[in-house]
Amino acid sequence: MHTFLGIPTQVLFGQLTLGLINGAFYALLSLGLAVIFGLLNIVNFSHGALYMMGAFAGYILLQVFGVNYWGALVLAPLIVGAFGIVIERTMMARLYRLDPIYGLLLTFGLALIIQGLFRNSYGVSGLPYAAPPIFRAPLQLGFMVLPAYRAWVIVASLVVCLATWFTIEKTSLGATLRAATENPVMVSAFGINVPRLVTLTYGFGVALAALAGVLAAPIYSVNPNMGADIIIVVFAVVVIGGMGSILGSVITGFALGLCEGLTKVVYPQASSTVIFVIMIAVLMVKPNGLFGRAA
Amino acid sequence: MVDAAALATPAAAAPAASSLSVSDLHAWYGESHVLHGMAFEVPKGQVVTLLGRNGAGKTTTLRSIMGVMNKRKGSIRFEGRETIKLPSRAIARAGIGYCPEERGIFASLSVEENLMLPPVVRPGGMSRDTIFELFPNLKERLSSGGTKMSGGEQQMLAIARILRSGASLLLLDEPTEGLAPVIVQQIGRTISRLKAEGYTIVLVEQNFRFAATLADRHYVVEGGRVVDTFLNADLQSNIDKLHAYLGV
Repeated sequence: MHTFLGIPTQVLFGQLTLGLINGAFYALLSLGLAVIFGLLNIVNFSHGALYMMGAFAGYILLQVFGVNYWGALVLAPLIVGAFGIVIERTMMARLYRLDPIYGLLLTFGLALIIQGLFRNSYGVSGLPYAAPPIFRAPLQLGFMVLPAYRAWVIVASLVVCLATWFTIEKTSLGATLRAATENPVMVSAFGINVPRLVTLTYGFGVALAALAGVLAAPIYSVNPNMGADIIIVVFAVVVIGGMGSILGSVITGFALGLCEGLTKVVYPQASSTVIFVIMIAVLMVKPNGLFGRAA
Repeated sequence: MVDAAALATPAAAAPAASSLSVSDLHAWYGESHVLHGMAFEVPKGQVVTLLGRNGAGKTTTLRSIMGVMNKRKGSIRFEGRETIKLPSRAIARAGIGYCPEERGIFASLSVEENLMLPPVVRPGGMSRDTIFELFPNLKERLSSGGTKMSGGEQQMLAIARILRSGASLLLLDEPTEGLAPVIVQQIGRTISRLKAEGYTIVLVEQNFRFAATLADRHYVVEGGRVVDTFLNADLQSNIDKLHAYLGV
């Protein structure tokens, strides 16, 4: 058997791939958080619950309406994104002039309510969601065997993250968004409808979370706690990458997934804490995060 | 009948058609009452200045016209339409362009993105080519970061970007502040050119010598209201009074 530093390469690559997959979800979720935080200045604590809603939307679409995975990949983000827009218009929009702590309390409360409702209806044991048939055959990479669905998740996440980055950094819509992040009053004074921009941005961030939820459904089982489990790590990722930095959240998401995978090989006991240790180290050296701008 | 009714309104009674007509304008920063019944007229196609010391309320007046002051009362009519209750974006869309004192250039946007940011609100805005003819420096710097340019270039960008939108009334807040004399001259030439093209301009200035080269009419602002007004032609005969007002 091949080894690398005394570790069987199969094990090493297996864990690194798992890390990359977790990283793909960290990246998608922290990207949505970064987009929302950038413009709304709200730390969206309901992000995990919305990710879970995305997975459930996929599950319900299949079980009740017979909509397959590909349909769910489009519909679930739209449905959950629309739910997010209603929340933003009816509740969050009232909080922008108040201390950010109110936004945090609202979104945290919403997360608890949403989770509770789903727990009530579906219990806490996971529900199965089969990967689409096209991904049945694993990929033979020579040095390892990679389940095709996992490869798809990594590619899909990368494409969505890069498309989002491109839209924000390189298009005129993105320029308007960046300008509104920097100085919303000035952007309004040019005749741009900033509240509508805020609403759509929140809807988009939520849709990203829901998309991650659908992608996750065949890997992790669909269950009401899935969001609460992952979101704490995602917040650490956002803090390490730098609040509000788009590219930072994507790179950090993937990199920390890999770190986690590597730790599972080298020192498994630390695998669930390694990200928080990195967070503390980064905050000591760069309080604004690796890619964050000074406040 | 319609004409007679229109003639009865104060705006129509003014010697030239008013672009902007401000009356009994009050504004507050939180609890602090800063404008106490501002009133002035800006005839179409003219350059009007608001002169006054720091803290007199000139900038607040422009911010109130633009709708970025949260608490304001009174009347601001633009082209005959009451705007006091409109949100900022609707005021911009009515055709008012705003160049704030701090210039409002976005650091996270390139020069080109800054230039192209304001949407076109009415037909008749300047083309990019005309803008580059007026501000040749900008063309060279399109891909630089908005705030990486010199203060003078940033000031030109701040003026340039509101010319594309089709706004007919420009609010310029101390466009020469802190700039070298040669840049001040360039901005002066630009404002003259804009006036010749038919723009109506409200200019806030501390430097009345600069203002005197451009303006048709001056309003002296003190304590949040207009305390005096004279035509530019009468500036010399009022120069002692003006020195007293401005404390220079």
